Amino acid sequence: MPLDSKIPSGPLADKWSKHKQDSKLINPKNKRKFTVIVVGSGLAGSAAAASLAELGYKVKCFCFQDSPRRAHSIAAQGGINAAKNYQNDGDSTYRLFYDTIKGGDFRAREGNVYRLAEVSANIIDQCVAQGVPFAREYGGMLANRSFGGAQVSRTFYARGQTGQQLLLGAYSALNKEIANGGVQMYSRCEMLELVTVDGHTKGIITRDLVTGKVEAHAGDTVLLCTGGYGNVFYLSTNAMGCNVTATWRAHKKGAFFANPCYTQIHPTCIPVSGDYQSKLTLMSESLRNDGRVWAPKKQGDTRHPKDIPEDERDYYLERKYPSFGNLAPRDISSRAAKEACDDGRGVGPGGRGVYLDFAEAIQQFGENTIRERYGNLFDMYERITGESAYKQPMRIYPAVHYTMGGLWVDYNLMSNLPGLHVLGEANFSDHGANRLGASALMQGLADGYFVIPTTIANYLVTQKPGSITTDHPEFKKALEDIKAKTNRLLSIKGKRSVDSFHRELGLLVWDKCGMARTREGLTEALEKIPALRDEFWNNVTIPGSGDAFNQELEKAGRVADFLEFAELLCIDARHREESCGGHFRSEYQYEDGEAKRDDENFTYAAAWGYTGDFAQPELNKEELKFEEVHLAVRSYK
Amino acid sequence: MSNLNLQLKVWRQSSANAKGTFQEIEARDIPDHASFLEMMDIVNERMIAKGEEPVAFDHDCREGICGMCSMVINGVPHGPEKATTTCQLHMRKFKTGDTIWVEPFRARAFPVVKDLVVDRSAFDRIQQAGGFVTVRTGAPQDANALPIGKDVADAAMDAAACIGCGACVAACKNASAMLYVGAKAGQLNSLPQGQPEKTRRTLGMVRQMDKEGFGNCTNQYECEASCPKEIKRNWIGKLNRDYAVSAAVEAVVGLGNASSGGD
Ligand SMILES: Cc1cc2nc3c(=O)[nH]c(=O)nc-3n(C[C@H](O)[C@H](O)[C@H](O)COP(=O)(O)OP(=O)(O)OC[C@H]3O[C@@H](n4cnc5c(N)ncnc54)[C@H](O)[C@@H]3O)c2cc1C
Ligand code: SF4
Ligand code: FES
Repeated sequence: MPLDSKIPSGPLADKWSKHKQDSKLINPKNKRKFTVIVVGSGLAGSAAAASLAELGYKVKCFCFQDSPRRAHSIAAQGGINAAKNYQNDGDSTYRLFYDTIKGGDFRAREGNVYRLAEVSANIIDQCVAQGVPFAREYGGMLANRSFGGAQVSRTFYARGQTGQQLLLGAYSALNKEIANGGVQMYSRCEMLELVTVDGHTKGIITRDLVTGKVEAHAGDTVLLCTGGYGNVFYLSTNAMGCNVTATWRAHKKGAFFANPCYTQIHPTCIPVSGDYQSKLTLMSESLRNDGRVWAPKKQGDTRHPKDIPEDERDYYLERKYPSFGNLAPRDISSRAAKEACDDGRGVGPGGRGVYLDFAEAIQQFGENTIRERYGNLFDMYERITGESAYKQPMRIYPAVHYTMGGLWVDYNLMSNLPGLHVLGEANFSDHGANRLGASALMQGLADGYFVIPTTIANYLVTQKPGSITTDHPEFKKALEDIKAKTNRLLSIKGKRSVDSFHRELGLLVWDKCGMARTREGLTEALEKIPALRDEFWNNVTIPGSGDAFNQELEKAGRVADFLEFAELLCIDARHREESCGGHFRSEYQYEDGEAKRDDENFTYAAAWGYTGDFAQPELNKEELKFEEVHLAVRSYK
Repeated sequence: MSNLNLQLKVWRQSSANAKGTFQEIEARDIPDHASFLEMMDIVNERMIAKGEEPVAFDHDCREGICGMCSMVINGVPHGPEKATTTCQLHMRKFKTGDTIWVEPFRARAFPVVKDLVVDRSAFDRIQQAGGFVTVRTGAPQDANALPIGKDVADAAMDAAACIGCGACVAACKNASAMLYVGAKAGQLNSLPQGQPEKTRRTLGMVRQMDKEGFGNCTNQYECEASCPKEIKRNWIGKLNRDYAVSAAVEAVVGLGNASSGGD
């Protein structure tokens, strides 16, 4: 099926203005007649729900946490990019655009990325107006820091709690609209199915997580703002509840899933300490501004770091990438850490760790300055490991962090399934094969505050508001399907817990489809996943019932979806016979270990369609056209 | 790394209206590097293996920022470690042979949902009653057109660090929510962006708080002691002052129906 990205014609810098001009308008009186269903209350969802309600649409917003404020966006630490050039260091919309395209290893759409860079400045204005307490200089102006993959200081931050503060800003806007009656909020309410009528998205089926009640909600369009699928790896920096359910169910209803193999591994996380481990904790990338990464030169060196003299340390990022040094992009830094550990030079339990050393920064700026910059991160590190990073280097290791892939969307953020819009981490649109630091918050808010309020009307004008209600047979059928699925899960009554399956799946996917992938390993994973899925459906045990609060049941539904999705992830990774960004195929590398892209054969987004057979998805290609930038080998040397 | 053997006494309550009771649970061989919630995971896995219903508890980020985790551990919300959420508490702070009491956050305004899970939606309704600046998407001026002194911005950030967990309420013998409300109102009331709506905000949030059934503050400051984000008691003082001024303004010039709403 040909995919129309609907990128407006004309010069890159004018596309968005032109599109805004060409977009349809709906008069205020009619807006009230349209119901917009927003699934998710993270940055993308809250921003969209609040902004659309301000415009007059009737909005219903859903999240599975007990409050919209607890969406996973809350956990973002480091910052948000914007091309404000407040530092006068040469930043511009174009430069942010270029950095993002390059950072994404030339696998993103130019038009989308340029728009993202363009609206980035408005985001900061919006957030400041809401009262978001960004860091400031003594003169009262906003402060900036630099972040991985960039040579300018364009990152705005609020201590180590940027995501929290941005989300609380969006949450306050949402609350304003809830109070006004424009948004009806459903917390502890999980979407379990997407409902389509005659090929158009017309609503969702949800389960109230407190009462277990399964319900239908009809709307004129549905926005999925449900975040990423990083927890397919079980261990990740994502919150425990993050899942693929919403997007996967939409995929099974016809929405294309694009580039699932583009997953991001973050270089600076606290290493795994045991098999009881439930999640991995990120140490913000901003630490790399002052910390120096190293591993011992000698293999199996178990000396205390302070006993390893300077000339026996390998500051490998500075050595390999002199111009970016410790600020090299995430995929590159992660792989370099893995290489050092694979080489037997890792530190800490199991030898899966490298050092992030602040000794020099502390000597230069004093412990107080370092405490001011990173105090909360150092405290967190000490709580988890029992070690003080003021006294000895941190131990870090890469962990799954973000997923660039997601549902395919066009320039209007609409999927191939009419009426289904996808925002934030849940879509595939802006980061190509690798996301730069501080760009996810930017994208979530850009999609929610600035893009969807304009583009949604392009779809809605084609629809008669309220034409489909939950009385429609498709809703009845979907309700019955979900109830039947719940009963089926509860009736298995096997021997293994839900978590044990999730953990096993995660280890397998991390091993075969993690930082480095091979055709052979992926093929092996593709044999094992269906078997594990079968075992799940025959041997999982879920205590309790479906008509009450039941956390095991919630998890079971999510893990069942991960067990299906993992197969597509590996299929995509195996089909992409090149290395690019977060997708590293060991077969495709230069002699110095750098990723080797194959622009001739793979300059496209792979948008997979569901066929009913997990092993045989349908591949649709969106060719990526580069009119502005020149495809180049990504070099950070 | 060593392992611990512990005795847990965990509050079990099957639903909001059911009667609750403490269940004794043996927790053997718990790695001291595990977090408190990972200890609960281990215990739950063992219960599931025996065909029992695991203990329900709220959690999500497990890194001390989402505010979802919410247990009272040995009588203290979030447990014994200062400035630490339950999910960030690690077992190395306990020793073999310890008995650990685990209960839900208790307050009239936080009804139990199941076991250790409570309903904190009252907190959302307080925010809806004024915890925002009324500004439309797309309208604002350039961010640097409004300089804000570093000290003012830093103080607002101190208040904004509140994660909305509710430990302050659980710690207070009156179940007062003044620290939580003071933090949010204080953040916005001390910034220039928050000035135009200061009166409505303050009255709206405080009145909603009362309506939800939170108790009065009698200046014991157990809230401050148990707050994982070290929100300071001075925000309560500021809220009291802002409230007094706002009530006076309302009495003199009135607010129309502006301060109501939210429920
Ligand atoms: C530890 C950490 C640190 C990070 N730091 C940064 C940073 O410094 N800068 C940066 O730019 N990015 C950062 N990121 C990435 C960034 O935080 C996320 O990509 C972004 O916040 C995602 O926002 P979102 O709105 O798309 O989704 P989320 O915030 O994940 O929200 C998803 C929402 O969907 C809801 N939901 C999901 N499924 C369902 C369902 N089936 N039914 C109902 N509701 C559902 C959830 O309840 C939630 O409300 C970080 C990520 C992590 C993990
Ligand atoms: S003030 Fe402290 S204890 Fe109370 S809700 Fe906020 S973070 Fe939790
Ligand atoms: S689980 Fe998020 S704060 Fe504890």
